[in-house]
Amino acid sequence: MVANPGLSLQHYWQTLPPNWPGGFWWHWLVFTVIIIVFVLALVMGYIWIERRGMGRIQARLGPNRTGPFGLLQPVADAIKVLLKEDIIPARGDKIVYWLAPVVAFAPALMVFAVVPFQDGALLADLNVGILYVVAVSSVTTVGVFMAGWGSNNKYSLLGAMRMVAAVVSYEIPLVLAIAGVVLVVGSLSLNDIVLAQSIPFILLQPLGFIIFFIGGCAEINRSPFDLMEADSELVAGFHTEYSGMKFAMFYLAEYAEALAMSAIIATLFLSGWKGPVLPPWLWFVIKVLVVFFVMVWTRATFPRVRIDQLMALAWKFLLPLALLNLFITAIEVLTWPTALPWVMVPVNIAIMVVLVLLWSRLSKLGWGRVEV
Amino acid sequence: MVIKTEPFVLNIGPVHPSTHGVFRMRTTLDGEVIVELEPVFGYLHRGIEKLAEERTYTGVIPLTDRLDYLASMSNNLAYVLAVEKLAGISVPERAQYIRVLLAELQRIASHLIAIGAFLNDCGAYFTPFLYMFREREKIVDLLEMVSGQRLLYNYMRVGGFAQDIPDEFLPALAKFVNQMPRFINEYDRLLAENEILLVRAKGVGILPKELAINIGASGPVLRASGVKWDIRKVDPYSIYDRFDFEIPTGSAGDCYDRYRVRVEEMRQSLRIIKQAMGQIPSGAVRSEVPHLIRPPAGEAYAHIEAPKGELGFYLVSDNSIAPYRCHIRAPSLINLTALREMIVGWKIQDAIIIFGSIDITMGEVDR
Repeated sequence: MVANPGLSLQHYWQTLPPNWPGGFWWHWLVFTVIIIVFVLALVMGYIWIERRGMGRIQARLGPNRTGPFGLLQPVADAIKVLLKEDIIPARGDKIVYWLAPVVAFAPALMVFAVVPFQDGALLADLNVGILYVVAVSSVTTVGVFMAGWGSNNKYSLLGAMRMVAAVVSYEIPLVLAIAGVVLVVGSLSLNDIVLAQSIPFILLQPLGFIIFFIGGCAEINRSPFDLMEADSELVAGFHTEYSGMKFAMFYLAEYAEALAMSAIIATLFLSGWKGPVLPPWLWFVIKVLVVFFVMVWTRATFPRVRIDQLMALAWKFLLPLALLNLFITAIEVLTWPTALPWVMVPVNIAIMVVLVLLWSRLSKLGWGRVEV
Repeated sequence: MVIKTEPFVLNIGPVHPSTHGVFRMRTTLDGEVIVELEPVFGYLHRGIEKLAEERTYTGVIPLTDRLDYLASMSNNLAYVLAVEKLAGISVPERAQYIRVLLAELQRIASHLIAIGAFLNDCGAYFTPFLYMFREREKIVDLLEMVSGQRLLYNYMRVGGFAQDIPDEFLPALAKFVNQMPRFINEYDRLLAENEILLVRAKGVGILPKELAINIGASGPVLRASGVKWDIRKVDPYSIYDRFDFEIPTGSAGDCYDRYRVRVEEMRQSLRIIKQAMGQIPSGAVRSEVPHLIRPPAGEAYAHIEAPKGELGFYLVSDNSIAPYRCHIRAPSLINLTALREMIVGWKIQDAIIIFGSIDITMGEVDR
């Protein structure tokens, strides 16, 4: 629809949520502002949660000097980073170096165009919503690779190469896990997916959820798959050479991506804005924060995997499991289309446990030493 | 289409988060795989061996603090043992026991950092590191109680100690010794069977037994390769022959074994501390030693099982107040000599953890 210029405004109007007042431009303006405010506010919240939460996990206090409970720490960070000198490597590719942070950050914002904050409250209810998310979110990789290339730094290039390899591999199980959800719902629109969840899909699609969560963590390079900015090997990975506001953009992009990924996980598997008592948008925010907390938790707990193990995990474990998940879901949808969801929950959880246990014993991660 | 590729050179260090100081590895990479590696030392050279020739025998003790700054007590101990051997000075019983207590405490502190830093190199984002530091903090508090310092203790003297330990030290030590096994077990539960740690560290960076012996490796690095060699047992110094303890050894000689050996050694150190605490006699902590020691002309070599391996001091005296020559056998440096053999063929991420598992302190490597 976005790509087709032949569609008139009138046509677009029909795709708008029916209960939303105002014309197209009002709708566009209001939701763009909402999305930017939402993303920036929650990214700050994320930074705070990450720093304070990790502090608690690591038996220390975390930042607590700026504002109550250190809540203003992200603001202080931002001001500090803004005042830093902006360094461009003398032998770097200057245009690429300049553009990279923008290319990396913009897609993370664009993902939110199709994420429903409550019933029908979204910028555009695309009928290919989840496809759009997958397509747009992988553009970030281009930005990261531009940064790695433009910096003219070996650490940056290695980090960017790892990123590209990881994202290309993990995209496949990720999309296959989404396909399971789409099969059950019968629609690609995120709003429809939320509406279809009489019970959260984490129960109905447990295997898909695990695959999506692991793949999502790898896709946005959260630990234990944070190989592209592996601080113990690659110094800071692809943004080693960046400073000042450009670094801040990458920092922002990193958390905005994490936010986008947790919003998608919350929408696909945790029934999005649905929930009792509290207003729907609050439920949505709570679920997003819970998903992010799990990410912080894993980051603070697990060591990092090696690059060949990262690849092996995608191709040997997640891909076959995702294919099996899709296959089993398809059979279930075809055979018992009218089965009550609650009946399928124990069946699917049992299938997940058996498959995960079997698969983890079947093959080996990584290759080990190379003869040179 | 085949794209032509070629290996490229990557300098890891001297300024790099994982080189534990200013160490430089000049690596040649083929993609992620390291095909050639050349360690470059010397960025932290301070000429401690030469400086020692300009100082009195007592004045060298603060210099030894600055070798392996994570285990200053052990350095002190090795040096004073060498001087005592050279000058034929005996040490009172009480001082002997306190030396054992402090040296074993220092071993636990050093191993805690080694394990924490190793896991940090594995990519566990500072959590194990900070947990280990929390425990080390208690040891540092204990050592501060006796010496007044938290890093560079400068506490041991030729013939004993600068002063007696305070009264509150032994109760505080007893409390620590009672707490510590619980924490070691907890860390074992959290780390030892961690799937990612296992795939990252098992079978990685193998140092074969023969090579380990040939390069003269010592300490946990040698024992992880399956050699039962511990100076405390094979050439007991001080009063180590009175205590009952095991020498933990590994079998494969990989990074995981080096980590396990260190954990077990902490347990054994606690055993030694428990025994020594029960037997500690009262009395003087320093024998009568002249202010300016003039050992008879000659030479002496004393070595101890420092946390990182065999730490030896070779002293030559010409009957003056300063050593004629002071040579330091630093375990970190000698354990590093097989670095190329261990790393080549592994990926860059493995190189970092192999290097971390050797556990070096640059202050000792470059002296």
